[in-house]
Amino acid sequence: MISGRCAACKNQRRKCPSDCIFSPYFPPNDPERFACVHRIYGSSNVGKMLQQIPVHMRAQAVDTLYFEARCRIEDPVYGCVKLISQLHQNLHDTESELARVQALIAFHKLQITQVELHQPTLDASQSSIEQFQNPWFIN
Amino acid sequence: MGGNSPCASCKLLRRRCARDCIFAPYFPSDDSQKFAIVHKVFGASNVSKMLQELPVHQRADAVSSLVYEANARVRDPVYGCVGAISYLQNQVSELQMQLALAQAEILCIQMQNDPVMLPYPPDHPKSYFLQNDLPQHLNLASSGNVIHRDHSLKIESIFGHDMVS
Repeated sequence: MISGRCAACKNQRRKCPSDCIFSPYFPPNDPERFACVHRIYGSSNVGKMLQQIPVHMRAQAVDTLYFEARCRIEDPVYGCVKLISQLHQNLHDTESELARVQALIAFHKLQITQVELHQPTLDASQSSIEQFQNPWFIN
Repeated sequence: MGGNSPCASCKLLRRRCARDCIFAPYFPSDDSQKFAIVHKVFGASNVSKMLQELPVHQRADAVSSLVYEANARVRDPVYGCVGAISYLQNQVSELQMQLALAQAEILCIQMQNDPVMLPYPPDHPKSYFLQNDLPQHLNLASSGNVIHRDHSLKIESIFGHDMVS
């Protein structure tokens, strides 16, 4: 029945069989989805890829193919690789900043430790004064 | 006068390699694997169309990115490059969280020493590390539940909606 064709079979102008490999993932109400994927990968390649993937993983495979196809259409030179490159750069920049802040924390902690090292002589003399002044001081 | 060696594309496609072959500059005959992978994923015809639509000076970069994507798709037929994107997003999120904690710690230390002093004003460039820089129009969510090694990617974390397979 012609009205039951999936988006892929409509695009390819062919009959949509009951076991059409595309129909679960390319509903007729979203022609743009198949058009994108077909433009970049070709219907035949997508069919071959889906055949090599277990059925329960095919929906995710089509989603990622559609995502990458859209990236490629929007950026014909770099596609989704540009996003990967940006993420690598983000990662590198964040790592550098984290290292810098951690070094700053270590420096401040060292300063605090050094200050505390000079305090015990002051504290020791203070506690002996307290013992003298406070008869109830319990050591 | 001997004929030039056909490029990797024409060798694979078993055709004569014309002088103005669109593939020849990017798929030399000594690297047959490169074109084989691109052809497997995208198809020679689609690659040719893509290259024809690009100015010549951008074609080398386009081929490099196509090879990268094709390799990713062959390695991971389900997630392709999206697996790498999701993994990197999670890495960035985790590091940004660690950075936020470290910045909070340094703020505490600095406020203990000098309550007036602050690390960065709001408009300082370094304050961007706490924000998500990813292009919003690609509708990628920064949070997700990804374990890259066993491919248990939840697609809704990338596409922002629930998919039922």
